Amino acid sequence: MYTFDYRRPTSLDEANRALASLPGAKLLAGGQTLLPTMKQRLNRPTALIDLDAIANMKTITTKDGMLVIGAMVTHYAVANSAEVKTALKNLTVVAESIGDPHVRNRGTIGGSLANNDPAADYPAAALALGAIFKTSKRVLTAEQFFQGLFTTALEESEILTEIQFPLPKRFGYARFSNPASRYALVGVAVAETANGVRVAVTGAGADGVFRVPAMETALSKSFAPNALTGISVDPKTLGSDIHAAADYRAHLIGVMARQAVEMAAT
Amino acid sequence: MTNPSGIGQSVRRREDFRFITGNGQYTDDINRPGQTHAFFVRSPHAHATIKSIDIAEARKSPGVRAILTGKELAADKIGGLICGWMIHSKDGSPMKAGGHPALAVDKVRYVGDHVAVVIADTLNQAKDAAELVAIDYETHKAAINVGDTQKPGQPQIHPEAPNNTVYQWHLGDKVATDAAFATAAHVTKIDLVNNRLIPNAMEPRAAIGEYDRGSGSYTTHTTSQNPHVARLVMSAFIGIAPENKLRVIAPDVGGGFGSKIFIYAEEVVCTWAAKKVGRPVKWTSDRTEAFLSDAHGRDHVTTAEAAIDAAGKVLAVRVKTIANLGAYLSTFSSSVPTYLYAPLLSGQYDIPAIYCEVDGVYTNTAPVDAYRGAGRPEATFVIERLMEVSARQLKKDPAEFRVQNFIKTFPHQTPVIMAYDVGDYPASMTKAMEMADYKNFPARRDASAKRGKLRGIGISAYIEACGIAPSKAVGSLGAGVGLWESAEVRVNPIGTVEVLTGSHSHGQGHETTFAQLVSHKLGIPIEQVSIVHGDTDKVQMGMGTYGSRSGAVGMSAIFVALEKVIKKATTVAAACMEVPVDQIDFEDGSFSARGTNNKMAFGEVALQAYVAHKFDSSVIEPGLKEGAFYDPKNFTFPSGVHIAEVEIDPDTGVTKIERWTAVDDFGTIINPMIVEGQVHGGIAQGIGQAMLEGAIYNDAGQLVTASFMDYCMPRADDLPSFDVGMTTTVCPSNPLGIKGCGEAGAIASPPALINAITHALGHENIAMPATPQAVWRAAQAAPSKIAAE
Repeated sequence: MYTFDYRRPTSLDEANRALASLPGAKLLAGGQTLLPTMKQRLNRPTALIDLDAIANMKTITTKDGMLVIGAMVTHYAVANSAEVKTALKNLTVVAESIGDPHVRNRGTIGGSLANNDPAADYPAAALALGAIFKTSKRVLTAEQFFQGLFTTALEESEILTEIQFPLPKRFGYARFSNPASRYALVGVAVAETANGVRVAVTGAGADGVFRVPAMETALSKSFAPNALTGISVDPKTLGSDIHAAADYRAHLIGVMARQAVEMAAT
Repeated sequence: MTNPSGIGQSVRRREDFRFITGNGQYTDDINRPGQTHAFFVRSPHAHATIKSIDIAEARKSPGVRAILTGKELAADKIGGLICGWMIHSKDGSPMKAGGHPALAVDKVRYVGDHVAVVIADTLNQAKDAAELVAIDYETHKAAINVGDTQKPGQPQIHPEAPNNTVYQWHLGDKVATDAAFATAAHVTKIDLVNNRLIPNAMEPRAAIGEYDRGSGSYTTHTTSQNPHVARLVMSAFIGIAPENKLRVIAPDVGGGFGSKIFIYAEEVVCTWAAKKVGRPVKWTSDRTEAFLSDAHGRDHVTTAEAAIDAAGKVLAVRVKTIANLGAYLSTFSSSVPTYLYAPLLSGQYDIPAIYCEVDGVYTNTAPVDAYRGAGRPEATFVIERLMEVSARQLKKDPAEFRVQNFIKTFPHQTPVIMAYDVGDYPASMTKAMEMADYKNFPARRDASAKRGKLRGIGISAYIEACGIAPSKAVGSLGAGVGLWESAEVRVNPIGTVEVLTGSHSHGQGHETTFAQLVSHKLGIPIEQVSIVHGDTDKVQMGMGTYGSRSGAVGMSAIFVALEKVIKKATTVAAACMEVPVDQIDFEDGSFSARGTNNKMAFGEVALQAYVAHKFDSSVIEPGLKEGAFYDPKNFTFPSGVHIAEVEIDPDTGVTKIERWTAVDDFGTIINPMIVEGQVHGGIAQGIGQAMLEGAIYNDAGQLVTASFMDYCMPRADDLPSFDVGMTTTVCPSNPLGIKGCGEAGAIASPPALINAITHALGHENIAMPATPQAVWRAAQAAPSKIAAE
């Protein structure tokens, strides 16, 4: 690890000022990706601005038909939140499936979404649910927020503060885990909200999380696993690696989508 | 009276309290005054010429004590790393080995090859400086693939080894084997790949070198399975210091699986450098370094054939294997795909003729050496896949076909060196089939089919050769060392006992099992027994732990030393009780004079031995301490039958292991709980090989699976519960009747699982690891049919 400066602001304003005043600084959420890459000398921030002491980024509330989760809420907290269980129960299943207990107790929803790892679980859930991303500067839709592999609309001096999930009529998520890393080889989230049915896929896309319009159309007509029969995703748009070739991923998208629909229906 | 800590009791592991409470002392836990830290600059290229190394900038970096390269090693006349087993090719020529400098000179030959070492006051300073070491490489095309490296046009890795071929070895009777094939009613032929594995012991390798100016002697703490062998090699071959000036300590070691047998560059360099910088030099491998630079395992490409007569009797087996040895020959690498492999190709079967050819080859990959089972998993995979496919092709039940061909009388001389001493193979098969409810498998298969799932069952009847080995025998096969083991039993004046053993425990539980033997023999509580190992200054020369030898050989040495202690104590007791020696009985820790009420507890006799008041010390020497060097009479031959049952979801390719039955014959068992743990761990590694693990290098020679993100280690939830049973035939080759259990699970399990998966899929073959993707593809390739009913 290279040497770096460390700040621990207690308010968003203080964090904004620190970010503006420290060139080359990075925001530290749970650190479950950033810290390992720093230890391996693959990442060299001049300073870390730890958001952990900003209390109002750690709350979970329900208001105006939205489940609002602060960016610094840990996966463990989402998985065990009575609020989430009531409002959006299957989101606890997503959180509970991430990493291991160590990761879930440190890793945060904001950190995960801001990192936009193409094999992370939350991006699929957020895109399928049509989540709203509130930052220190503006409000973004999920489509605006996710911009490709490890890329989001967040600017250098912008802090993701909370994620607002529209309360769905139903929601399900199914993941086929990479046998080695246990990240999503393919993860499919299916949601039906006031804005209709959306299907989002993580782990498989060559350019990160993406929606499957053909599945959305079919499920809008009939929200049942067999409505997806015959719908396939073009393997050319998918990633291929030592763990899974694109055609296998394409096949698994269908299998996981059916499982997600089943979960959403129960 | 049953001794609660005697032989056959599941005594809880005495060492675990300190391990699970964080009180173990591993090499990295040890810090020496004035200690510096080493960081190795490693090659990023698989194959390149080093044109220059510029250390000027790096040397100026804060905290740097020294930056050393192969030139300094050569100037100090420090020799290269060695391979300790000479193999001769079939034309009689000795193997063609290139040099293996501890820091590369002129050329690098795999990604991770050690080029220079930076020694600084802190590890971070060493890493900072290492980034400033400027090395100008001229890169070359790399030879990566074991199947291609001998072909024309491939780059030459070592000038000494044309076509990258180290040896072309063979074993067996070619003429008789070919003759059997010429007349056989049926020939089965299969192509097999034994996938390359990365050991990944929980504790990575580490070393601390120290030099004492006053005495002119070195001390090396290192993660070794055999510290005396490390000292011997570093003294006699590498030339760091004579043995009396080099102490090697292997303290608590967190797993080895073979990978810590070998003498590596890092401990050599740290020891040598300690004198150069005048301070202790510490190195601890990080996990990436472990992936890149620990010796890997397996990596064979094989064609195997069986010749079978019309009645279903196997007449001959013919095997051709290319074995990847990596970029350099590691310490015992040459023996693994030769003498630890081909002699096991007879399996449990009476096969009149066997012929095996093995080419050992260089590639631009990490060195390959012994890994749990070492040659025997590869042999078992060949013979047990061959038997399974043969049975299916002949439309015979695989269990019955195996039993038909089993060796049924002992001793049995195979056509490939080994003389099996004892066994009862049908007994293990019968018991395993009962435990696995083999006969009701069709009903379970039908139930799975109704749910759209494919169910399969697979058998593996394995044998291995353990307790290596009679020194004269292995010497005649090319070994550079003898494979006896030593023990010293020191009885203290109040009757407590220290056993100094040449074996080394790095997870096996010797502190418990060896103490059980002492408790059993001397009739004293286990609390009075300590096991000392892993320090060349404390323990007499020993050969270390590998090849499931610590029970059969290491404990036999203790047994012999204990017999000597009892004999000596008997003379002391007789003198004290004033009766002839032949009137003394020793039972339950007490010496009694026959026909009298006179008794002396073991501790009383020990005290009398040391005070020497009651006997004539010109006739009986004072003291109570005895040693033994035990050389085994034969290999031991643990055997057994494993049965795996799987259910496959053809829609995802996910294979669920529904049942696992292991019935093993390990001879005498000292601690059933520890033996069962060894079986569990071995099966876990075998399942890892068959379904999850596989090292992948890309064409440029970069290790793609260089972290746990990509290299799939088995986790608890990948594994089923194991049903473990035992049958016992007592080994006649050592005084305790022990055969050994450390590797059996890893040897038996891969073919059992692949036989089950291919059975479920209705295919003859599937490559390891049979990942969900591979199984899904296989399931797509052909509609499910059960190949063997």
